Amino acid sequence: MDKIVSYQDVIDQLSDGMTIGVGGWGARRKPMSLIREICRSDIKDLTVVSYGGPDVGLLCAHKKIKKLIFGFVSLDMIPLESHFRQARQKNEIDVMELDEGMVQWGLRAAAMNLPFLPTRVGLGTDVLTHNLELEYVTSPYSDAEKLVAMPALNLDIALIHVNKSDEKGNTQIVGPDPFFDELFARAACKTFISSEEVVSTQELGGKDGAIFNRFERSLVTGVLHAPCGAHPTSCAPSYGFDIKHLKEYSEAAKSFDEYSAKYLNKTHQEYIDSVGGAETILNIPLPQF
Amino acid sequence: MSESISLAEICISSSSKAWKGEGEILATGIGLIPRIAAGLAKLTHNPDLMMTDGETYLISQPAPMGKRDTSNDQVEGYMSYSRVFENLWGGKRHAMVTPTQIDSFGQTNISAIGDYDSPKVQLLGVRGFPGNFINHKNSIFIPNHSVKTFVKGEVDMVSGMGYQNKDLSNGKFEIKLVVTNLGVFDFNGENNNLQLLSLHPGVSIDNVIENTGFDVIIKSDEVTQMPTSDELACIREVLDPQGIRNSIFGE
Repeated sequence: MDKIVSYQDVIDQLSDGMTIGVGGWGARRKPMSLIREICRSDIKDLTVVSYGGPDVGLLCAHKKIKKLIFGFVSLDMIPLESHFRQARQKNEIDVMELDEGMVQWGLRAAAMNLPFLPTRVGLGTDVLTHNLELEYVTSPYSDAEKLVAMPALNLDIALIHVNKSDEKGNTQIVGPDPFFDELFARAACKTFISSEEVVSTQELGGKDGAIFNRFERSLVTGVLHAPCGAHPTSCAPSYGFDIKHLKEYSEAAKSFDEYSAKYLNKTHQEYIDSVGGAETILNIPLPQF
Repeated sequence: MSESISLAEICISSSSKAWKGEGEILATGIGLIPRIAAGLAKLTHNPDLMMTDGETYLISQPAPMGKRDTSNDQVEGYMSYSRVFENLWGGKRHAMVTPTQIDSFGQTNISAIGDYDSPKVQLLGVRGFPGNFINHKNSIFIPNHSVKTFVKGEVDMVSGMGYQNKDLSNGKFEIKLVVTNLGVFDFNGENNNLQLLSLHPGVSIDNVIENTGFDVIIKSDEVTQMPTSDELACIREVLDPQGIRNSIFGE
């Protein structure tokens, strides 16, 4: 079984109006090379579900998003995401703003083929005021508590960046926090992986490696070899986030053309060269808090 | 210990009391002052607190501010984002956070300022506030106490719930302590109104009243308790040896 795909193969699977889930968290382990490829394409009107970072910002800057389902959009050390802010402040995107845990709950419901999962989270807040589609459910037990029925966030496609994969889609996230990528994969009809390394099954490291296999290969439709594919976000333990680049990217909200000419509309290799090459990226230290 | 005590140090000492008597829970201090305050609580009155390295691991000693050699961290457990949610849904956590707005109900906002559909200022998004405030105790640190932070009426986008909806929280909702650049407060006034517990040195009751967009009960006009020499040693020598804390008020 060979699931190796090209960027074009992934783009061919996307169409206008689809719901796309993006793995990672803020400025961490985002499938940025795939996001840049979507920005180059003519795909539009996407609904995007994300623990948002520059993935959301770049898609906003390219007017690819019709609706954003999110709990936050942030670049971590740069707390506010300038491109996302601009899109919101100009009323360019529809939003479904949720608590971070509600996003997880929605993905989990989708992963379990359930219509919803109950939660208290959201009660007493404007999350419910601004999302009139969110309904309530009453506990059928003696407490009869009124809870939020968090609807399933079913995804057409999930895009996830990992450290290692074989060509069958046995993936490994070696960084200490796998975030909610497993749920994105389970909530999606198809999942495309971008991977730092593509190795043989043997090279995945047997039992010691298998604990880093966060979801099974049957969930994986395609595997793309994308070394440094998370840049400018981090990919622990290989490289940290590129703060200098994120600052330049952040500043570019004022005049995007210069940033775009320098770094975008390129092949992945050309992009890597434009930001200093793979060796430079691999030398970016992991962030410390 | 001869140097004078800074406002940042007074706020850290006051804020650390948020975790007094809270037992073996996860202490999360988000931002400079809350983070050092959580560390101070662990080093002084509540050694049982669990704290993370700011990333994924629980470590035995609070992570000091600034660059450090993380190979010296004594890792004792795991706290991925997924586990943070599991933990907080179970209520075993006390966070100290800095909302952009807070109102007389104790409702908080970190999402957006102005009209929701095209905000004047888009902030982070509600993040974990709805879940945090309905599931466990929280405390608040506000470095710029003014009518723009302590707002009249309601906050623009209610991210964290308030006392008028406490019944929805299965008894878990509580804002234990509110520390600002002007003084120390809680919401234990009659009808859960904000009340003044102490004023920082040089601050008057009028300063507080003028800078709060709603009524504050004056329970006490005592001067805030100064950090002890033991607390100052922990802050200056262990938790923040580089003095990063003093940047918050430009001290």
